[in-house]
Amino acid sequence: MAAPLCVEVEFGGGAELLFDGVKKQQVTFSGQEGPWDIQNLLVWIKKNLLKKQPELFIQGDSMRPGILVLINDSDWEQLGELDYQLWDQDSILFISTLHGG
Amino acid sequence: MCQASEDYAEPVREDPPPVPRPGREQKCVKCAEGLPVVVIRAGDAFCRDCFKAFYVHKFRAMLGKNRLIFPGEKVLLAWSGGLSSSSMVWQVLEGLSQDSAKRLRFVPGIIYVDEGAACGQSPEDRAKTLAEVKLVLQSTGLPWHVVTLEEVFGLSPSVLRCAAQEPAGTEEAYKAAVDSFLQKQHVLEAEGSSSVAQGSEQLCSPPSQDPPGMAGSPTATQTEALSRLFNSVKTLTAKEELLQTLRTHLILHVARTHGYCKVMTGESCTRLAIKLMTNLALGRGAFLAWDTGFSDERHGDVVLVRPMRDHTLKEVAFYNRLFAVPSVFTPAIDTKAPEKASIHRLMEAFILKLQTQFPSTVSTVYRTSEKLVKAPREGCADGPRCLLCMCVLDIDAVDSATAFGAQTSSHLSQMLPVEAGLPTPSCCGAGEGQAQRCCRAVCGKEDMQAFVQEQLCYGCRVNMKDLSSLDPLPPYILAEAQLRTQRYWYLLFQEYLIQDSDEEEETGQS
Repeated sequence: MAAPLCVEVEFGGGAELLFDGVKKQQVTFSGQEGPWDIQNLLVWIKKNLLKKQPELFIQGDSMRPGILVLINDSDWEQLGELDYQLWDQDSILFISTLHGG
Repeated sequence: MCQASEDYAEPVREDPPPVPRPGREQKCVKCAEGLPVVVIRAGDAFCRDCFKAFYVHKFRAMLGKNRLIFPGEKVLLAWSGGLSSSSMVWQVLEGLSQDSAKRLRFVPGIIYVDEGAACGQSPEDRAKTLAEVKLVLQSTGLPWHVVTLEEVFGLSPSVLRCAAQEPAGTEEAYKAAVDSFLQKQHVLEAEGSSSVAQGSEQLCSPPSQDPPGMAGSPTATQTEALSRLFNSVKTLTAKEELLQTLRTHLILHVARTHGYCKVMTGESCTRLAIKLMTNLALGRGAFLAWDTGFSDERHGDVVLVRPMRDHTLKEVAFYNRLFAVPSVFTPAIDTKAPEKASIHRLMEAFILKLQTQFPSTVSTVYRTSEKLVKAPREGCADGPRCLLCMCVLDIDAVDSATAFGAQTSSHLSQMLPVEAGLPTPSCCGAGEGQAQRCCRAVCGKEDMQAFVQEQLCYGCRVNMKDLSSLDPLPPYILAEAQLRTQRYWYLLFQEYLIQDSDEEEETGQS
């Protein structure tokens, strides 16, 4: 896709602590960098947004166990997890379930 | 909703994308109609409505199956602001507003414990969190109590005494109670709407304040004392356990003060599975049934209940998101701690990682916990209880077979022969000198640490070792330890005197 891709990335359940308290962000990718899937998004987040302690968010290639991913309010497990291709205006929500009770 | 970037001018996508996305052809496994939104267990995709019904049903079934909460009982909901407890409060609220046949019949209140001082939060952050918390509490319409952890410094030693245990209601008693409650409801409804309004007013009483002695924000001295206490604990594991203990005591105190006979905590299935394994590692294997079961009656008059124990964290998080359940995020003592910082963190990482590869891990551990039976040790049904966790002590007096026992016995042989509460004549038979030494020890408060250690279960003893000294502990703990020791010595001397006089009689006669 040549058109730039704009997605909204949201953090909840305590995950926002790793991103300086910022809960919602708009992220724009230009189309030239190739098809964007969740895997690439995670790499991008690790490189650009995660300031410190990346192991509390991403472990290896995937999410740290205990952090849920919702794509447009649907379970990512149902949509292909890391292989899901991002569409314009998608909303990706990361909820940490590891906090509190 | 503020947007970080304002350059966006792309047209909003209106039509569904032409290329079908993977997995979207699936239908909900339950109703076979709706578009699935969440995957529960391995491969079961539910649509939004079926998921809601499934979730609510689990909550109601958990309460209904156990039949512990009688109609009209006052129940305190322990809310930490986190996902699970918020969901629990929400379920209770929804349950209260249903039509009379399905309505929840108990009378709830909410408690929130401000632990900011233990977690090193600044006063400004604490105030901000508290403001958010109060907003949510007010919106529930239930009577609420906000207490700070610093208030443990004002607790009385009576909180550590197990009050007389009320006999558990039988099945017949439960049915009878429900029937009589329903009859009263019918009568009220027949009398007219005014009575019903009065009933609902009782439920939505104005928010109550803290007990008069503890009203308002904590003093700087108390906050400092609490910080000092937590800073004096060497390991994060012991800190987490201490925090949990103090929090439980505080909630117990509030429950007793305001007449609540049940406390509901929001531990989810995942959390309980992790807790079970963690407690095994901490040396609390003897008490798993109480620590992870549906009900925990160790305190006697106040019963702890865990209605969320069938819900996994994933289900809770999804429900809260899909149905907009308010929660307040507060940093905890182990926020941002690395994986190996404490046994709790390690076990959590282990279980959750295992769960990703073997999706039945959590449910297997959970099913195992359901099979645990609360049977007291032989001959120890009414034995002495641990000073901190109030479970029946699981340690033999001097068990030289284990390394721990040998260490304890060598220490004890210098000071005290046996654990508090179980007098044995043999030690005092050794001679008056030892008794005098012991007596001096009690009166002179020598080695208080030994006295306190004696009165703890194995798990709590191990935690106490990580405290550099007992001084920063809240006074009620040390006061109760002292009281118990004095009571023990009183009984011991009584026994000694009786035995001595018996022996004199015998020697006199022979």
